[in-house]
Amino acid sequence: MPQLDMSTWPPQLFWLAVTFLALYFVISRVAIPRTGGVIALRKSTIDGDLAKAKNLKDETENAVRSYESALADAKAKAQAINLENRNKLNAEIEAERAKLDAALGAKIATAEKKVAASRDKALEDISAMAADIASDIVQQLTGSKITKAAASAAVSKSLGK
Amino acid sequence: MATPEHGEKIIDPIHQFVINRIIPIDIGGLDISFTNSALWAVIAVTCASLLFILAPRNLIPTRLQSVAESIYEVVDNMTHEVLHENARTYFPFVLTLFVFILFANVLGLIPYSFTVTSHIVITLALALVVFIGATIIGFIRNGFGYLKLFVPSGVPVLLLPLVVVIEIVSYFIRPMSLSIRLFANMMAGHMMLKVMAGFVVMLGVTAGWLPLVAMVGLMGLELLVAALQAYVFALLTCMYLSDAMHVDH
Repeated sequence: MPQLDMSTWPPQLFWLAVTFLALYFVISRVAIPRTGGVIALRKSTIDGDLAKAKNLKDETENAVRSYESALADAKAKAQAINLENRNKLNAEIEAERAKLDAALGAKIATAEKKVAASRDKALEDISAMAADIASDIVQQLTGSKITKAAASAAVSKSLGK
Repeated sequence: MATPEHGEKIIDPIHQFVINRIIPIDIGGLDISFTNSALWAVIAVTCASLLFILAPRNLIPTRLQSVAESIYEVVDNMTHEVLHENARTYFPFVLTLFVFILFANVLGLIPYSFTVTSHIVITLALALVVFIGATIIGFIRNGFGYLKLFVPSGVPVLLLPLVVVIEIVSYFIRPMSLSIRLFANMMAGHMMLKVMAGFVVMLGVTAGWLPLVAMVGLMGLELLVAALQAYVFALLTCMYLSDAMHVDH
């Protein structure tokens, strides 16, 4: 087995030491600062980006929240205005109707008075006419003339007045 | 390099582990020749360094950058999970260990390349650095309190001597298990691939495709093993360091 040939050990050990120390020098002086630096830079960049994204997300959420509260405010205001307008209109309508009712009531009262007056007059006319007709009938039947006063008294009596 | 030779050598699965001295160097009687093992260690370290140096530094990573960052993050997570507050201190060492073993393992899968980690002396040296380092750190951090590691709490007094012996043995076996696990995995995998490749040549066009298909599957498995063994080595290193930090576990 060539591995057990001890005459080859000194050169192997010598060159192992040389190459290993050379590699140690390169790794500790160049490789670790370079590679470690890049990895650290990447990590800090990613962390920074994540933090920025989180900030932006928070900002967005705040904006959405303020928008929603503004929307809710506007809605409430609109409802209040709506209610106020409706109350006002209702009151106006009510007032208008009351006024109209009063006017109509007055008109109806005068009209009723007029009707009552017309009816009374008509009734009086009927009484007079009835008295005339009655005196005419009496004259025709009996041939005797009755006075106008007696006829209208008899008519009034028969009409239940 | 394991250049196939004539005759039986063509399916000699051991031949790929032979050390060749490319540039013989001798300083004061010490043989420090530049071998094929050293060449592939240099290639592995160069590739690993280039990966981290050439990887762009974009916020959205490119493919190359993702590879570098994945390796970094695997070890970063591992050290943080096991070592907690001490992760920063040992992270460069554990990352170097992981990257070195990973690249040595993976590059060793290239045909005609050499697997640095398939030699016990390499894995044992790495394991001993971890073992001795963790032991020294343990004594520095805890003084002689580090010996409490061998005396688990809540054990009946009668059983205590036995448990202490077992704990001490298991502690000193750590570098062995750590090094042999990596070395044996690498060697076995490469030998298996070599044997399969030998079958492809032996069976030729008629039935050679069968071991070829098996080799494709084995190659995937070996890639997994290469990455997994690097991970296991780094993870166990973290655990041994964690033992040195917190004796009372």
